[in-house]
Amino acid sequence: MKHIKTINAANLKKTAEKGGCGKCQASCQSACKTSCTVANQKCENK
Amino acid sequence: MIHKYKYNDMNIVLDVHSGGVHIVDDISYDILDYIKLPMTESCPEEIVDNLMQKYSSEEIISCYDELYSLYKDKILFSEDDYEKFAKYSVASPVKAMCLLISQDCNLRCEYCFAETGDFGMGRSLMSLETGRKAIDFLLENSGNRENLELDFFGGEPLMNFDVVKGIVEYARKKEKDYGKHFRFTVTTNGLLLTDDKIDFINKEMSNVVLSIDGRKCVNDKMRHRIDGSGCYDTILEKFQKTVKLRGDKEYYVRGTYTKYNLDFSEDVFHLYEQGFDQISVEPVVAPETAPYALTENELPEIFSEYDRLTERLLKNDKEGKHFNFFHFMLDLDQGPCAIKRLRGCGSGNEYVAISPNGDIYPCHQFVGIDEWKMGNINEGTFNNEIKDYFASAHIYTKNECKNCWAKFYCSGGCNANNYIYAGDVHNAYKMSCEIEKKRLECAIYIKAVKACENQ
Repeated sequence: MKHIKTINAANLKKTAEKGGCGKCQASCQSACKTSCTVANQKCENK
Repeated sequence: MIHKYKYNDMNIVLDVHSGGVHIVDDISYDILDYIKLPMTESCPEEIVDNLMQKYSSEEIISCYDELYSLYKDKILFSEDDYEKFAKYSVASPVKAMCLLISQDCNLRCEYCFAETGDFGMGRSLMSLETGRKAIDFLLENSGNRENLELDFFGGEPLMNFDVVKGIVEYARKKEKDYGKHFRFTVTTNGLLLTDDKIDFINKEMSNVVLSIDGRKCVNDKMRHRIDGSGCYDTILEKFQKTVKLRGDKEYYVRGTYTKYNLDFSEDVFHLYEQGFDQISVEPVVAPETAPYALTENELPEIFSEYDRLTERLLKNDKEGKHFNFFHFMLDLDQGPCAIKRLRGCGSGNEYVAISPNGDIYPCHQFVGIDEWKMGNINEGTFNNEIKDYFASAHIYTKNECKNCWAKFYCSGGCNANNYIYAGDVHNAYKMSCEIEKKRLECAIYIKAVKACENQ
C-alpha cells in the first residue's frame, strides 16, 4: 500500500473465539495496585 | 469505531474492534473525516468535492481504494460484535488474592489510600492461622485455575514477615495436593529489608514491587517515617541489592507522582540511572481536596510530561539503552484475549483481598468499606451476590466505556476508583480515563515509531 502501513496483526476478534481460559495474571497483581492497565498483560494460554 | 490522532509528524489510526493500528498519510487522515458507513466500493463524490482543494482527485480515489480494502478486510471500521461474549460474563473461580498481612506501616506516606496503613480500621497484623485459612479458601474456590496469585500487601508486609514465611511454606505444601501453582508477590517500602529477607523474597516471590517515588526530594516529601524523616537514603541501597541479586526474576520499582512533581519523567529517569530497568511511576489517586491531588487543571501539564517521557524513552532506546515503563508496555499482537479485556482486573470476582481479621473484600482498595464486605475467612462466609455483581461489571455494562476507543486497553478502569471517585463501579472515573488515554496514545506511537524503524 502506498498511503497506509498497518503495523500489527489486528487479531483481537480471533482472540475472543478461543479466549477466556483465565490462566493469565490478574491485572492488578503486577505493579499498579491503583490503576487498571490490561493491555500490557501476557496471554498464558500456551 | 476508530480513533485517529496525530503525534509529532505521524498520523495514527486505531481500529478499535479489530485492534488494528495503521499509520496513514495526510490524505487518508483527511478522508477518514468524510467516510460514511457502510463504505461503498467506489469513492463517493462528496469526499472528492470536500478535499479537492487540497489533493488531486486521482490521489483521493487511490487513497480511498486502500481504505476500502482495509474495510473489506475488517481491520478498519470493523464491527463491534463483542457484546455477545460479554453476556456470558458469569462468576469465575477465584484465582488471585491480596493478603493485608500487616494493617500497620512504619511509614506515614501522605497519599496512602490505606490511610497510613491501617485502612481506617486500627493497626493489626494477620495471624498465621488466618493466613492458612486464606490459602485454603483460595485453593477451594479456584476451580480449574492452575496458577494462583497471592500478593503480600499492607500496610508494610515486612512488619509481619514470619507470618509471610509461614504462609508461603503452608501454600507450597498444599499446592501439590491440589495440583496448583502459587505465584507469590510482595509489595514493600523496603525499610525492613535485610539480607535474609532479600534471599527469601528472591527465592519465593515471582514478583516484587519496591515502593520508591524517584528523586530523593520527591520521595522524601511524601514518603516519610512517623518522625517526619524521609526514607530514600535507607531504601535505595536495599532495593539496588534486591534487584541485583534477583537475576532475571520479575520486579518493579513503583512510584507515585503527585501535583508536587509534575516533572515526573525526571523521577522515571532518576530510577533508571540508579540501576533499575523495570519502572512504574503512576498518578496519585486522591480526593480533589488533598493538596497533592491531581485535578483536571493539571491534565495539560501531565500530558506534556508523558510526551516528554515518550521522547526521552525513544532517544534512550536509540542509544542502545532500554528500560520498561509499566504504563507504556503494550503488546499489539500477543496481548490478553478480548474476553480478558472485557472486565480487566477481576476484582470481587476472580480477585479478592483479605484483611488481618479475615474479612473478605473485592480488592485491597475496598478494604474497610462495610457495604462491600463479602464475608469472612474465619466464619466461612462468602457473599456470592457481590461476586456476581462484579462478574457482570464489564465494558458493555459500563455506559461510558461502551463507546470509548480505549475500552480494550483499560477494560473499564479500576472498579474501586470508579466507586470511590465516580460514585459507582459502573461509572468512569474521568481523571483516570484521561490519563490512561494519553498514555495509550504515547505507547501506540512508540510502537509505531519502532515498526517504521524496523522496516
